[in-house]
Amino acid sequence: MLAFILRRIGQAILVLLTVALISFSLFRFVGDPTQQMVSQDTTLEERLQIRKNLGLDDPVIVQFGRFVGKAARFDFGLSYQTRQPVATLIGDRFPATMELAFASALFALFAGIPMGVYAGLKPQSLLARLFQTVSLIGISLPTFLIGILLIFVFSVSFGLLPSFGRQGTVNLGFWTTSFLTLEGWRSLILPAVTLGLFQMTLIMRLVRSEMMEVLRTDYIKFAKARGLKPRAVNYGHALKNTLIPVITITGLQLGSIIAFAIITETVFQWPGMGLMFLQAVQTVDIPIMSAYLLLVASLFVLINLIVDLLYVVVDPRIRISGRAA
Amino acid sequence: MQITPEDARSATLSTRQVQGSPSVMGRVLDSDIWYSFTRSWITMLAALITLVLILSAVFAHQIAPNDPFNLESLSLLDGSKPPFWSADGEWRFPLGTDQQGRCVLSSILFGMRISLIVGFLGVLLAASIGITLGLVAGYLGGTVDSVIMRVADVQLTFPAILIALLIDGTMRALVGTARSEVLVFWVLVVSIGLSFWVQYARTVRGSTMVERNKEYVQAARLIGLGNVTILFRHVLPNVVGPVLVIATINMALAIITEATLSFLGVGLPPTEPSLGTLIRLGNEFLFSGEWWVVIFPGLTLAILVLAINLLGDWLRDALNPKLR
Repeated sequence: MLAFILRRIGQAILVLLTVALISFSLFRFVGDPTQQMVSQDTTLEERLQIRKNLGLDDPVIVQFGRFVGKAARFDFGLSYQTRQPVATLIGDRFPATMELAFASALFALFAGIPMGVYAGLKPQSLLARLFQTVSLIGISLPTFLIGILLIFVFSVSFGLLPSFGRQGTVNLGFWTTSFLTLEGWRSLILPAVTLGLFQMTLIMRLVRSEMMEVLRTDYIKFAKARGLKPRAVNYGHALKNTLIPVITITGLQLGSIIAFAIITETVFQWPGMGLMFLQAVQTVDIPIMSAYLLLVASLFVLINLIVDLLYVVVDPRIRISGRAA
Repeated sequence: MQITPEDARSATLSTRQVQGSPSVMGRVLDSDIWYSFTRSWITMLAALITLVLILSAVFAHQIAPNDPFNLESLSLLDGSKPPFWSADGEWRFPLGTDQQGRCVLSSILFGMRISLIVGFLGVLLAASIGITLGLVAGYLGGTVDSVIMRVADVQLTFPAILIALLIDGTMRALVGTARSEVLVFWVLVVSIGLSFWVQYARTVRGSTMVERNKEYVQAARLIGLGNVTILFRHVLPNVVGPVLVIATINMALAIITEATLSFLGVGLPPTEPSLGTLIRLGNEFLFSGEWWVVIFPGLTLAILVLAINLLGDWLRDALNPKLR
């Protein structure tokens, strides 16, 4: 058990170092930072002096070490565009993205699991077939198209919900939230549904196939033979066992929700990290790009690690193979 | 011993082969894949739609009612016309026009052409990289194998769209694509290719590790063939089957990725619009009531991707013996 955890943490650190290397090479090889600081009359000697002051003369490995050290303290320097510290910029945008991701994950779970359970229990019913068809369309439609369609229907045609921006936020000092006002919830609905729809279809299909598989097993037949009520069999015995893979997939999907937030945030002009990253890509603002990359990678690795460890806790079979290896 | 239907079929097959080799068409019509194809009307519909869309993209120059790129033929007087069934619509522009008077239907045809080309080239590049690395990793094993697969594992942790976005952004910064459309096109193809190779590599590696120990490979080695010849001439044909399924499903993903990048404004420019670019440009007019400028390209994209996905699903089931 301990060996398994240590090995997984070792792997996680390796992945993070690789990503750090990529984001460091962005700095190192894409563009010359001194170009951003000098004017046309700067002499060659002065340029060399600036390079020396910035530490660009040192061996690459030393520079990389310094980069990792600074990154660990959230110091990514100044944005090329706005001349503000990258850490502050990201700190301002972080709550918006996190609340959006959280809301859409909740939507995906609370809509996807009941739909999947129903479709798994009554696979032949009309409603279940409808769910299957809709989920196929949901998987085929690109996120941005879903967003545009939702805006078209709910904002342009019916004028029910706001189509862009994050309104009604309350500042809590270290965190701005839109969960506390009605206006905030209203502006959150469309982006959250857009972002969560793909995950919802995924969870629905997963729960459906797992349910159908579990219902065929011997212990379900035995439970029925014992005369348990259908509700106890379906929810107490079957559903419980389908939820293990659902937890894993949801956990892993949390990472891609954060990544896909880039698209949703662009469609709805949601002031989160994704929108900032996209603007950074368009203007080649390397400090922001590399900071975002590292931050997202750390989130991914952390989520993967937690899911793996949870799995060990939930499923004893993995514990045994982990010990053997 | 009972005679199963399979035995009966193979018996008829062999007698037919004795009587003379059947034509290619006959072999196709007799295959399991064709049988499962004709069993599912959804698959046939998807195939028909895909075929029609691809053909209309290929012959866009011939069938498009107007030329959206010829500035001389555009007239601002034709701007913002709704589709033909509306009161103000005209048959000259079946699906209406945008603000500059460009025909939406023609833009879609040319846009789909670009989307399909980028998607196809992206998949081709991804498959080439993935197959080559998978063959090498599976055949050589050892350090080479673990290095390639480690890289694949790391890349698999991140969604492909994020990787495509990063590669795209970095390459734009490196080569300065602001001026060249051709360069933007290839940057897009390379970003898609580099973000989708992992799946091919993993699949091919697995089957190569099985093939590596078979007798025909040993025989080829024995008569002194080089590794490259053995890999590409002898092993490759035996491991390429599952790749077709991945490639079909990836085609849909690649088209979505291209459309997404173009929609985000880091893909193809308005002068060379793909479906994604059209949707981005049309999106700005959504609030002024000109819904047709964005909804029709969006629908086309959705139908194209859905049809290809359905074909891929069917191909996966048809080639998977476990499900028969």
